[in-house]
Amino acid sequence: MKLWKSWAIARKDFATFRTKRYVIYSLVVLPLFISIGLPTLIWLGVRNASISSSQLPALVSGLNGVLNAFSFFFVIIAGMLPISIGAYSIVGEKLEKTLEPLLATPTTDGEILLGKGIAAFLPSVVATYAGAVIFMVLMDAVTSTKLGYIYFPNWTVAVILLTTVPLISILSTEFNVIISARVSDIRAAQQFGALIVLPLAAIYVATEVAFVSLTPANLLIISAIILVIDALLFSLSRATFRREEILTKWK
Amino acid sequence: MIETDNLTRTYGDVTAVEDLTLRVDEGEVFGFLGPNGAGKTTCVRVLACLISKTSGEARIADYEIGNSADCQKIRKIIGLVPDNVGLYEDLSAYRNLDFYGRLYECPESQRRERIEYFLKMLELWDVRDRAVRTFSKGMKQKLAIVRALIHDPQVLFLDEPTANLDPAFQKTVRDFILELKHEKRTIFLNTHNLDEAQRICDRIGILNTRLVAEGTPEQLMESLEGRKTEIQLQQVTPAVTGAVERLGLHYVTTNGNRLVIDVRDPEMENPGITEAIVAAGGHVQFINEKHATLEEVYLKLVREEQ
Repeated sequence: MKLWKSWAIARKDFATFRTKRYVIYSLVVLPLFISIGLPTLIWLGVRNASISSSQLPALVSGLNGVLNAFSFFFVIIAGMLPISIGAYSIVGEKLEKTLEPLLATPTTDGEILLGKGIAAFLPSVVATYAGAVIFMVLMDAVTSTKLGYIYFPNWTVAVILLTTVPLISILSTEFNVIISARVSDIRAAQQFGALIVLPLAAIYVATEVAFVSLTPANLLIISAIILVIDALLFSLSRATFRREEILTKWK
Repeated sequence: MIETDNLTRTYGDVTAVEDLTLRVDEGEVFGFLGPNGAGKTTCVRVLACLISKTSGEARIADYEIGNSADCQKIRKIIGLVPDNVGLYEDLSAYRNLDFYGRLYECPESQRRERIEYFLKMLELWDVRDRAVRTFSKGMKQKLAIVRALIHDPQVLFLDEPTANLDPAFQKTVRDFILELKHEKRTIFLNTHNLDEAQRICDRIGILNTRLVAEGTPEQLMESLEGRKTEIQLQQVTPAVTGAVERLGLHYVTTNGNRLVIDVRDPEMENPGITEAIVAAGGHVQFINEKHATLEEVYLKLVREEQ
């Protein structure tokens, strides 16, 4: 596999996406909403509160639990952001009639799929990180001014951002590229692709009902499972990429 | 350069191409004529390793179509202009070509050189940084042809390259193909345009799922009615027709003063015919070679098939 070919495909896609407003919005709006909205909620809750020193430990403990849960939102965002780009990747080329000349080049299925994957993964993970940084800075501003301590960074968020977020972003990207190569309509691809969020929402609910706690150790286990699924999905994407079917059966 | 033996491609119960056997030599321009749904595009897609064959054999430059390792090699030596140009509309002309140059593994210096050469040749250099969506159909078609040439392919597949273009752009594209012909590139041209095929192609195949006829444009035109000599006289008299009959030739009279005579070898027979007519007192005004047009041949063969 020639990685520079995949990179050429990804660069071409980056250039194409820059001209598509809905892609830009989908990458910017959600992370920005979460990263500004959640600290604002907390700030609104504590801004006028008079907290005695005896109440402080209980409040901090409760807030830390909430902030841990909020941190997991960035895993969900990392799963959601690749949907629009990944779902568009193959079906978009087909609908814009650019797939045939692309497939006529001496480029392998693996190179095309990797290129499409990079094109969906990189902007999504960068947008997620940007949102997470804004979120942590704003939350630290709230906790330091009102409660006198800084919560971020910590080991939990470090594991989330350095392992879980990129791995879930890869998983979502691969899943959506596979969907994109199997359906003949962008909206259908996005609807199927959005199913990726369900297991993440289930994990979030499991943390809320205290079935799973978001400790660094548990997050590493979850990340290891996602890593295995990532590897399986890449093999699956190559095995299910049928050039001929895409060219001849899709309208 | 291109060989097929009993090449067949079916889609479920529908046969798109059946038992196609043909040879296209290096440097030859081969044209495929045929009605819609005749299998021309399917044939190009099989030869370009985009879809598989159902049965039969096909080779390009001795690489086997159907063998995945050979298909990668075939893709390196062919260029394809599909019936839909398939350019990235949001990218500039230069960016489109540069992208494909990379995928075709052209070194950067060669890429730059060839992009500049072709864009200047086709008068697109000044708009190279404009998004393709702002281009006219003709400009896009020219760009699609350049894209197929960026890696200097040995074989070029052109699927309806002048379809939907106005006559001026058709001529530009046709002239460009003729330029490529002079470079001794093997060109496989799918077209509906009979005039274009006649002007550009060394040989023509008429496809209607099966190969109905194949030959040079002249051979095809002769195949319908044979060769004929048309002689316009001041007046066709019995003495003149008698002289033609004595030569053992079949003729018909048209418009009262024109004889259309079946000949096998006009270069050899015409001088004797003229002498006989003049000796019989005929006054010859014009002599022309008359043959069926490619359109007549095409329509006859396609209708016979249907």
